[in-house]
Parts: sequence; structure tokens; C-alpha cells
Amino acid sequence: MVFKLQATLIKDIRVLLRDKVGILLAFVMPVVLVVVVTSIQNSTFQLMNKNKLALLVANQDTGKLSPQLIESIDKIGMFKVTELAKGTDSAIINTKLHAKEAELAILIPKDFSVKVSERAKASASKALKSFGLDGDSIKAKAGATNPINMYYNPVLQEQLRLSVDGALRSALQLVESRETLRDLYFSINDKPLPAALEKEMLSSKTVINQVPTSRSGDRLIPNATQHNVPAWTIFAMFFIVMSLGGSVVREKVSGSFIRLKTMPTNYLVGLLSKQIVYLGVTMFQALVIFSIGVWLFPFMGLPALNIPSDILGLAMVTLLTGWCAVSYAICIGVFAKTQEQANGFGAVSIVILAAIGGLMVPSYVVSGPMKSLVNFSPLHWCIEAYYNLFLEGGKFSDVIQNIIPLIAITLLLQGITVIGLKRKNLI
Amino acid sequence: MTHPAVNIANLNFRYPGNQTASFTGLNLQIAKGDRFGLFGPNGAGKTTLMNIMTGLLQSDEGTVALDGVTVGKHKYRVNRLFGFVPQDFSFYQELSPRENLEFFGAWYGLSKQKIKQKIDELLTVMGLEDVRDKQVQQFSGGMKRRVNLAIGVIHNPGILFLDEPTVGVDVQTRHAIINYLIELNKSGTTLIYTSHQLTEAEDLCNEVALMDAGKIMAQGSLNGLLKQHHHTDLEALFLSLTGKHFRDGV
Repeated sequence: MVFKLQATLIKDIRVLLRDKVGILLAFVMPVVLVVVVTSIQNSTFQLMNKNKLALLVANQDTGKLSPQLIESIDKIGMFKVTELAKGTDSAIINTKLHAKEAELAILIPKDFSVKVSERAKASASKALKSFGLDGDSIKAKAGATNPINMYYNPVLQEQLRLSVDGALRSALQLVESRETLRDLYFSINDKPLPAALEKEMLSSKTVINQVPTSRSGDRLIPNATQHNVPAWTIFAMFFIVMSLGGSVVREKVSGSFIRLKTMPTNYLVGLLSKQIVYLGVTMFQALVIFSIGVWLFPFMGLPALNIPSDILGLAMVTLLTGWCAVSYAICIGVFAKTQEQANGFGAVSIVILAAIGGLMVPSYVVSGPMKSLVNFSPLHWCIEAYYNLFLEGGKFSDVIQNIIPLIAITLLLQGITVIGLKRKNLI
Repeated sequence: MTHPAVNIANLNFRYPGNQTASFTGLNLQIAKGDRFGLFGPNGAGKTTLMNIMTGLLQSDEGTVALDGVTVGKHKYRVNRLFGFVPQDFSFYQELSPRENLEFFGAWYGLSKQKIKQKIDELLTVMGLEDVRDKQVQQFSGGMKRRVNLAIGVIHNPGILFLDEPTVGVDVQTRHAIINYLIELNKSGTTLIYTSHQLTEAEDLCNEVALMDAGKIMAQGSLNGLLKQHHHTDLEALFLSLTGKHFRDGV
């Protein structure tokens, strides 16, 4: 039996190495995918720090508060502010956004300073009255302020748009609060608010620290590489369905299978050999992609991949992910009648499993009936285990909860495969 | 007690979903050492019968035994008894003849040394020595037929099933294959052979059976059948028994 398995392994390795397209699909495509997706996502990660969002400002106001608003927006650090010429209207802004001069623009209305000032005085008057002081010294006459219009390119994602909206609101809030404070101070003291005091009162004293949780105690900031490399490595491993599923079908429909069925050897030997060979392929895929993350990404201006400290845990998760991927591919190959069926169903199903498994959209944002579907995707348990190791600094003992469902799904796939082989009288 | 190479008794078989049975109460015996030819028009049931004899299809009723061992009950024991040369090329096109023989030899249960010895022997006999390490997908149809045959005989089977082994080959290759099969038969291998080529029956077979619509129309030695039915050649006998209408069964 050992000699038969050895001969089958040699045969499968030879057939695999001569399938240039299969090798290309197994290695080159995932590497390209990882590099491209990580580069793109890294740009998003860096948006708030280095790559500022272009913002056009059309200021129709002639008062002193609109320049303060523009300065506050600029100080947020999120935007590259460009002031447009006086008299710029919404039509010109539209033209400029269509010309891709920026993704965003705001139009400050002509009576902005007057209206904000009136509202500030009204607020100060109310405050004085509530203190029991004479608020009539301020002529409180507040009308509705005209809105600041924010124009945006429709390609801008909603999440980003909302964070821009929040940033603009905080800048506006600062200008309005400062004006109210100044009026209030002047009413009480009959002199302007000192700059130092104003700064003291308006600047936030509480610092917000962003602290990633970690099992190991490391405080490594997660980046696009740490998120993307494990995710797309899993995707690549499962995409082995294209070559392995196809290989099983090809053998099944080819004449060689008829001969194999008339030989004194169980076809399970053939399937065991395929599992071993392709498990080796998935391990090698992971090694190549992780190596690119560690050594090549820094040369490409991308953050380097930090390999988890628990190498044994990483090896075990990778091995089980590969085993599950290979089991899935063989299962598809056994049930598919043609190579087209195996490739078509295999590819689409992997994309679906990746989507519901949290590789494309984080699983914590999935809600409703889809939430329970997440658990049926083997890719979900793989990514959870990898994130545990790569992002949370977990050890093997921390990923056992992810590994158990993964093993259960793998054994289920193996069982379905054996039933399929028996029903088709192949074993 | 010596068993016949093949003993088929009361065989019934119907393809799933088919209204008509392929075989009803079929009986056939093939003696050890025979060069047995199974001839018939398209759809006669030659390949189906061969697939049942090799265990690729399971009969609904009746028994099929090879050398006294019942097919279907003792799968791996039966599979050791025979070699099979299917009509389709049954090997890995990406591998060379040597690599194919290494793999299939191992699956027949041969040792490493035996495989090496048989590879040298068979590649020489089949005229494939010079291309032993080239991928089979580059070969001509005739060369592929010889690879197909070499794989089927690597384990010196007692019974060899051949399904149209010379289809689509040139005269030289056909000649070489027929001669090799005669030599193999002399060393004790029973040959069970299907073909459309009636002339090959005269070259190769000592016993023939003419089949039509799942029935054995005539069986015996070639000369005996010709005498019995008053014909001078097998083609005339074939047409008289099976008729002249087309048999494009679908």
C-alpha cells in the first residue's frame, strides 16, 4: 500500500508540475490579488494620516467668521483645502467636481458671519438671563442661518462621507462656540476675551488614545497588511478548487479512470495522494504569500507583515485551512460531472463563502439572517483563527475555539465525498 | 478443477432508464487460452458485455465469473486476474510511457524491480524505447494505442480484455499489435477481443461469437462457423446473420 501511495504521489506531482495554467492560478493570481488589494486598502488606512482628501471651499461670505471656519477645517488635518475665487457658485463647483479637481466642496453662504454672530449673541443673552443678569445689553435677534452646502463626488463611500460630515460639524461647532463665548465674556466684562483664556476654554483637555487590544500585550497598530494578507491567503488556498476540483473531474471523465476502476487498488489511495499533494501546494502558497508580506511589501511602500509569535499555532491553522480547502475541492470534483461545472461552481461558491465568511466585509457588520449563515462558511473560522493570531497576538490555545468548527466542517466534507464516491460506485 | 476463463450464466442487464434490456438470459463460456473475438454491429452490446465482464457495470441478475471467481463479489481478487485495454486512451497524457507504466504497474501491485523490468521489455516490444521519456500527448494515434496496450499487459494477466485495440491505427501498427497479441496468447494469456474489423478475426481469433441486439447469434471456431452456415468469408456470414440495415443506435 505504501508503494502504491508513493507511486501515486509521484504521478500526481508530475501531473501538477506539468499543468502550467494550474500553477499560475494557484500562485501568481493570489500574489497579485494580495499585493493589489493591500495597496488599495493601505491607501484608505493612510487617508487620515498622509493622503489628505481634496476639499474645495467657495466662500461667498465677507465677514470675519468664515475665514475662521476655513482655518478650523484646515487644522483638522484631514483635508487639503483649496479656496476658490469669490463669487464661485454651485454650478462652478459642480463643474470642478466633475473635472475631478477634488472629491468634496463646501459653499459658505454670503451671510454666514452675520447669522452665526446673531445666533451667538442670542445664545449669550439667554445664558445671561438664566444667570439672573441683564441680557438685554446684547441685542438678541437670531434668525435661521443659511446652510453650508457640502458637494461630493458620488463615488465617495458613505462611511467616508459621514466622517467628513462629522469633521466639518466639529469645525463649525468650534467657530460658533467661540463666538458665543466671546459675546458672553464681553457682556460681563466689557472687554474682549483674552486669547489665552479662549484657548484654554475651547481646547479639549481629554486626550483619546487608540489602543488595539492584544492577548500577548503587544501594542502593534493593525494595518492593511495584517488584515489583508491572512484573508487573501485563505482565499487563495480555497481557490485551489480551480485546479484540484478540475483535476478530479478530468481524471474521472478521462479514460485513465476506467482503467483505475478495473485495477486491484482502491481509488481512495488516489484521493489520499491528491490530498497530500495539494495540501503541500496550499502550504507553499501560504509560505509564498506570507514571505511576500514580510520581505517584499516594505520595498513596495506597504507595511510589513508581522508574523505571529506562536509559529506552531500559525502552522496548525494554516495546515487545517489547507486541509479544509483541499477537502472542499475534492468534494466539488467528485460531484461535478464536467470540468466546467467544477470550475464554475467552485469559483462562485468560494467567492460567496468568502463574502459571508468575513473576508470581504468584516463579519461583525453582518446582521439579520445572514449572521447565522456566517458560521457555515469554513472561511469564517479560518479568518477568525488567523485574526486571532495576526491581530490579537493570540496563541494556539486561543484559536482552538475556531479550529474545532473548522475540523468539523472538514470531516463533514470528507464524509460527503466518501458517500458521493460510494453512490457513484467509485470505491 | 479447471475453470473457464469466462463463464457467464443467465445474465440480465438493463441500463437505468432504458425500456429494453441489453441482455436477457445471456450465457457464454470462453475457454482458457482462447483468442476469442466478439463481433457485432453498432449497439450489439459488445462494449456493454465487456464492461460487465470487467466489473465496470453490474449485472441485474445472473453470474459472471473469471477463472471461477465471481465478478462483483471479490472485486480486487477479480481485478488481479485480468488486464484491460479500453477503446479510449486510458492513461495520463501529461506523463511519458515510462511514467505511466510506473504508476499503473504499482497499482497492479508489482514490485519496483518487476516494474522496471517490464517497462524495459514492453517499451522495446512496442517500439517505444526512443520516446520512453516524452509526454504521451505528443504521440501519434498509433503510438498511443501501443502505450494503451502496454499498460494493460504490464502485470502478465491471465485474461486480457481488448476493446477495439486497433481502431484508428495504420497498417504497420495494427500488424505489430496483432503479432504481439498472438505471442502473448502463446505464453498463456486468454484474449477477449471486440472489433468491427472482421479481417482481424481471421488474423487473430481461434474462436468467435457474432452478437446482435444483446444475443449471441453464432459462436464457434471461424472455420466451423463458415462451414456450418455455408459461407466462404466472415463478412458474408456476418451480414447474413445481422442483416444489411444501418445500426445507428442512440
